[in-house]
Amino acid sequence: MSKRKSRETHMLLGECLSQAQKILRRRFCHQDVPAMPAGLDSQHKHLLELLRRTAVHGESNSVLIVGPRGSGKTMLLSYVLRELLEEKDVNKNVLQVHLNGLLQTDDRIALKEITRQLNLENVVGDKVFGSFAENLAFLLEALKKGNRSSSRPVFFILDEFDLFAHHKNQTLLYNLLDVSQSAQAPVAVVGLTCRLDVLELLEKRVKSRFSHRQIHLLSALTFRQYLEVVCTQLSLPSDFPDSRFSEEWNNSVRKLTEDKSVEDVLQKHFNISKDFRSLHVLLLLALSRVTTSSPAIQPTDLVEARRLCAADYKANILHGLSILELCLIIAMKHLNEIYEGEPFNFQMVYNEFKKFISRKSRSIHNFEKPVVMKAFEHLQQLELVKPMEASTTKIQREYQLMKLLLDHSQIMESLQRYPQCPTDVKQWAASAFA
Amino acid sequence: MPLQLQHEGYSEEKLGLLAEKITCRETQASTLLALLGEPDHYTYPSIFIYGHHASGKSHVTECIMKELELPHVTVSCVECVSAGLLFEQVVMGLYGSEATALLPRSSSILDFVRVYKQLSSQEPSYQTRYIILDRAQLLRDMEANLLPGFLRLQELVDDNVTVIFLSEIVWDKFRPSTGCFEPVVLHFPDYNKGELHQILTLDSHPSYSPELYSSFINIMLGVFYSVCRDLRELRHLAALNFSKFCEPLERGEVKETDTHKLWKNIEPHLKKAMQTVYLREVSSVQWEEQQQKEEKEAGALKGLSAYAHVELPYYSKFLLIAAYLASYNPARTDRRFFLKHHGKLKKTNFMKKHEKTSNHLLGPKPFPLDRLLAIFYSVVDNRVAPTASVFSQISSLVTLQLLTQVGHDDQLDAPKYKCAVSLDFIQAIARTLSFDIVRYLYDFL
Repeated sequence: MSKRKSRETHMLLGECLSQAQKILRRRFCHQDVPAMPAGLDSQHKHLLELLRRTAVHGESNSVLIVGPRGSGKTMLLSYVLRELLEEKDVNKNVLQVHLNGLLQTDDRIALKEITRQLNLENVVGDKVFGSFAENLAFLLEALKKGNRSSSRPVFFILDEFDLFAHHKNQTLLYNLLDVSQSAQAPVAVVGLTCRLDVLELLEKRVKSRFSHRQIHLLSALTFRQYLEVVCTQLSLPSDFPDSRFSEEWNNSVRKLTEDKSVEDVLQKHFNISKDFRSLHVLLLLALSRVTTSSPAIQPTDLVEARRLCAADYKANILHGLSILELCLIIAMKHLNEIYEGEPFNFQMVYNEFKKFISRKSRSIHNFEKPVVMKAFEHLQQLELVKPMEASTTKIQREYQLMKLLLDHSQIMESLQRYPQCPTDVKQWAASAFA
Repeated sequence: MPLQLQHEGYSEEKLGLLAEKITCRETQASTLLALLGEPDHYTYPSIFIYGHHASGKSHVTECIMKELELPHVTVSCVECVSAGLLFEQVVMGLYGSEATALLPRSSSILDFVRVYKQLSSQEPSYQTRYIILDRAQLLRDMEANLLPGFLRLQELVDDNVTVIFLSEIVWDKFRPSTGCFEPVVLHFPDYNKGELHQILTLDSHPSYSPELYSSFINIMLGVFYSVCRDLRELRHLAALNFSKFCEPLERGEVKETDTHKLWKNIEPHLKKAMQTVYLREVSSVQWEEQQQKEEKEAGALKGLSAYAHVELPYYSKFLLIAAYLASYNPARTDRRFFLKHHGKLKKTNFMKKHEKTSNHLLGPKPFPLDRLLAIFYSVVDNRVAPTASVFSQISSLVTLQLLTQVGHDDQLDAPKYKCAVSLDFIQAIARTLSFDIVRYLYDFL
């Protein structure tokens, strides 16, 4: 009897965990719009007020949201839009056009996309007819015909705004901002960008039509607030079906953030960057280690996740090289030290390596030159060494000038971690003038 | 004892089958599996897996996808010379071949995203779809917006889709200048010696005992491990050389337990293999043939590089020698080498080498045509008229890539050349003319 009961609770536990994972993964991976963006109150108010003025009063506006990658630009905007669309008179009234600089790589494509998203008359199915000039004239006419009181306001949302500035003549930006400046149909142009110097990219005539309203999302979080964010990000919402489980989970999360080692890990992460996306990666890696056998996030999980995040990529690659390739890298390091960063070619590296073999080494036997060449080419393939010039056919392979893309300390450190490294190789690496 | 894979989303039976297929990659597989989560959960938009050649990156991901029956498509970026082909393959793999009709010819990423959205709304899937891009380093050479586009594909198409990148090159070299959506980066470490041994012994020969094969692998790793850690290469070498290893057994000279004799028999053979088969000098078919014909010594067969010598006309040989001397000797020593009565040169001054390294280290230097002809006339004994055929031989040496022309500014007026042959090659040519070239080289004085 008791056995069956325990199994039942176990099953339930599994389901609860699955549910919890589902919710949290949605939050971390899909960038779910949260209840309220943290630490962005004034920006939120500013943007909401601006968009509401367009939507309700028919005022034309333009604004740029500027912030580093992962600082929550898209999240803030979608939160504001959701809030705005909940209002009844706005919901029916507003049209939205979403453009992305990665997708709409030139103005022609962007214009087609606009007409498609606005469902104008020259759209049949999802095909757009007409040339670029016709499309533009048509669109501008449609926008011009409208006025403040009668026509519906349009939100133009330009993701990766800086890429639009690279289009020829910046025609699209010019026309959109021109419409927003003159008394035509009410539009709001919202640009999202991660470049702080984005205004320098604009042409003078485009710049003069832009309202110079910028919202900066430069994170001013202190570490205390950061911990709070971690706590809220990890805790389950109040409408979770199993209230007892969610309570336990939230308690364990609170306990977790008070743990000393966890605080250490988060402090390190915080010192590197404050953006939410790298935090999400960390939390996701920790979350993925939760199973039925350990149904809550442990401090060790977070430490392990941090270890995965913070690994040095190049050191990992160096770890997997063969002894011969490692010797070549050490020879290059010596050449760099002797000739102070001058480029080298294969012949010089081979000479240095041969000197080492003849004088010092007992553990490594003599290799033929083509074998060494093969190892050298493998290093080139891994992009640990790079040719100075791109032309490859003109010069013999041995005499092509190369440079090493590794740091002195990186080499020494990975040499320490190298499994079963012969002692004479280590000594050779340590003494520059051997 | 292999580690047991655990996951709530899948039945134990499937996981057991999966674990059988994966050797020595259990920790990586379980990390990846945990990251992917249950089939209906969201997964992080992009996962970047890097590791050395043949460290099981594609094998593990492919096994996970196949055994757990997840909707996925694997595309090798080598095959896709244009982005349009890549999109076509992705759409075909996920939605079947009829769906590709929706894509226009030479489609851009916008078309792809639009078609994908349309298709995913037609047949919504409750499972995560996976797009696996093998050899992702080639994506960097395609259009600039392709890699950032794939990194945030989940956001762009608004579907439960994850892109997995497989590459040998570290993530730092992928990042575009304005940044992008950062993926989760996973590392597949190299196999250590024990693991290599364990994997290689898996394909043992049926007619011999596994212990014998394992001792063979041990010997082979002893020879090759310091040069090569590539599993694929090692496996190839093992397959080629095992029959040679077994020969004394077949003849009944040695028993299986006598490892030392077997080692003595095979070791020189393996060392020879490193200089021939490993460098692809001798093809594996040739190598096998040669092993059967025992009378021939291994390596007696000419490799590819032995065919490097070319038959040249008499004057062309001298022209090439003159070019080599002009490339590798400094111009100020020409008087000393090639003039009969060069007057008094201070010996100390001449021998002082202020170059820190020899020219054979730094590579050939360019020289003008006049200098080439001057040296040519001094090394050729008899009188040669500067006919058209001499000049045409120079330009034919350029087309044979034995000389290269430096700086394309002028074809007729004082062109400059470089000599592009190795010392061995020029020595072989000089021998046919019984000309002692080393005596004329400054570096070997």
